Amino acid sequence: MPESTSTGGATGAQVVAPEPTESVPDTSVDITVEELVDLPRGKMLEVDDVTLRFGGVKALDGVSFHINTGEILGLIGPNGAGKTTCFNVMTGVYQPTSGAVRFMGDPLGKRQKFQITKLGIARTFQNIRLFHNMTALENVLVGADAHHSTGMVSALLRLPKHRAEESEGLDRAFELLKFMGLDRRANELARNLPYGDQRRLEIARALATNPKLLCLDEPAAGFNPAEKVRLMELIQTIRDQGYTVLLIEHDMKLVMGVTDRIVVLEFGKKIAEGLPSEIQDNPAVIAAYLGVDEDAS
Amino acid sequence: MSTVSTTLHRVGDRFRSLPRPAKLALAVLAVLLVYLLPIINPPLITTTDSDFGAVLFSCAMYALVAIGLNIVIGYAGLLDLGYIGFFAVGAFTVGVLGSQHGKLPLLLCIPAAMAVTMVSGVLLGAPTLRVRGDYLAIVTLGFGEIIRLVLVNTNWLGASRGISNIPSPPSIDLFGVPHLVWNGAVASIDLGNETRFLQFSVTDSIPFYWLTLTIVLVVLFLDWLMQNSRVGRAWEATREDEDAAELMGVPTFRFKLLAFATGAAIGGLSGALFATKQAFINPDNFTIIYSVLFVAMVVVGGQGNRWGVVLAAALLTWAPEKFRFLSDARFLLFGMALMALAIFRPQGLLPPRRTVRAKQADEETEVLEEGVAHA
Repeated sequence: MPESTSTGGATGAQVVAPEPTESVPDTSVDITVEELVDLPRGKMLEVDDVTLRFGGVKALDGVSFHINTGEILGLIGPNGAGKTTCFNVMTGVYQPTSGAVRFMGDPLGKRQKFQITKLGIARTFQNIRLFHNMTALENVLVGADAHHSTGMVSALLRLPKHRAEESEGLDRAFELLKFMGLDRRANELARNLPYGDQRRLEIARALATNPKLLCLDEPAAGFNPAEKVRLMELIQTIRDQGYTVLLIEHDMKLVMGVTDRIVVLEFGKKIAEGLPSEIQDNPAVIAAYLGVDEDAS
Repeated sequence: MSTVSTTLHRVGDRFRSLPRPAKLALAVLAVLLVYLLPIINPPLITTTDSDFGAVLFSCAMYALVAIGLNIVIGYAGLLDLGYIGFFAVGAFTVGVLGSQHGKLPLLLCIPAAMAVTMVSGVLLGAPTLRVRGDYLAIVTLGFGEIIRLVLVNTNWLGASRGISNIPSPPSIDLFGVPHLVWNGAVASIDLGNETRFLQFSVTDSIPFYWLTLTIVLVVLFLDWLMQNSRVGRAWEATREDEDAAELMGVPTFRFKLLAFATGAAIGGLSGALFATKQAFINPDNFTIIYSVLFVAMVVVGGQGNRWGVVLAAALLTWAPEKFRFLSDARFLLFGMALMALAIFRPQGLLPPRRTVRAKQADEETEVLEEGVAHA
């Protein structure tokens, strides 16, 4: 297997990919992870009275909300409301000053970032943070490696475990690249991909870790309206495959269309929670967000 | 400069596109040629002012150092400015176990040296790999100096006198290999000057060269196996973006420590080979300037490309010996060459293919953008 794949650098054999054309997601590909199919219904993730202080600043102030299994939850709020900070607490980048985050009933506690990823929370970044000097395929492979345990010894001896994990990872990676419409660009360096492909590659990389909960931090930032609509359709397809999605997005119209429920933050506090239609008519939200600046997107 | 490496890359490409048997035959031929270099004494390459066999041994030994440091700097992106420390630990472990405080045979000393350096790598890395970038560079710089100062001041380790009578590898005397002598372009066999296969002695460096070259080839293969696996990917992801890697499930600290320990073990192995070849070591062999030279080898070769760093290590070792007749001026020229390289070819002689591809793509984009701007 290693001979025919581009997992390496200077000397690794390269998979010959056809000339890249326009990237078209092939959403007919089944990217479901088996364990996802029978997830128990109910609260997948609970943010329970979380406060986070940076010195004198309260970035999050007693925020509580939950995400149900199988839904798309929108997290919205004006700039600086604490949306990304909330993501950072949920993925272990910051430890909350008080309060707790529970994932499937289990408090995250002092788990490290990579351990939380293994539990089943994966994320993308507001400003793209791919491994720029690695190929698209390798980026996704790193994500797939999250559940692999090949170490130095099995890699050096090319033990069956290495071979099995390597081929499993490659299958998964190609599946995801195809799903995201990036399979023709598998061997291109991440930094050389067009902007939209980079955003999609980030989602593919996150999905490769087999998450139960996928957190997308403004995945449509910098997209034109048509691209945004297509991305939202893609996100809905991802949900339909069994994943639970948490979505930060500025574009109100999109959030209304795609999410099942919405949580609104302002100045680190939750000011509203409910169905999109309820949020739309909520006076506090309109005052904080919609009313103040119509073009907040 | 860039044409040199494009040519090299093209040679590599053409080699890769050959059918398998041809590839194998060519590779065997090339390796054989490298083994026979000190026997053939090719006129333009051979060094007239110093023993060519000894120079080749140094080339191979430093190539090993460069491969080890390339794992730390090139793959994992950890700037280690104290690599000589590991080299010294390896050399002195052999000295202590084989001569100063024991009579262990060399074949046991070498794995012991690797184990000890690996442990020292973990001991240094465990607290320091939590800091990043510049801080790590400073801490490792300190480590290299601390090792040297400990060696100078510890009587148990021979202090500044060092350790002598370090054992050689076991010899098996099978046959003699006569050298070639060149008279212009005509070669003849010099029967009076032969290398015994395989007799390790102070007078003939060539068997040491063969031993080291064999180890280099084995380590290169292991390096390839490692890079093309989860381990290699984790290292590169950590180098590219440590936080993102961690959030994608890579236990970055563990992998950084692994890179450090692996690099250290290879450094210790080269130190052990150095000790047995010299038979005598003292702390002056392990000054800070070598750490700088090692980093130079990796940077000049192209961080992350194993063939590049091997080439650079051999070149940077061979050139000062070849141009010994220039006496001190060669160091000036050497420094100027390094500066020229830093200015005109910052990515190194033979950067990893991906860096080349990325650079080409960047240039294309730049041209496109400029075109738009001028329109």
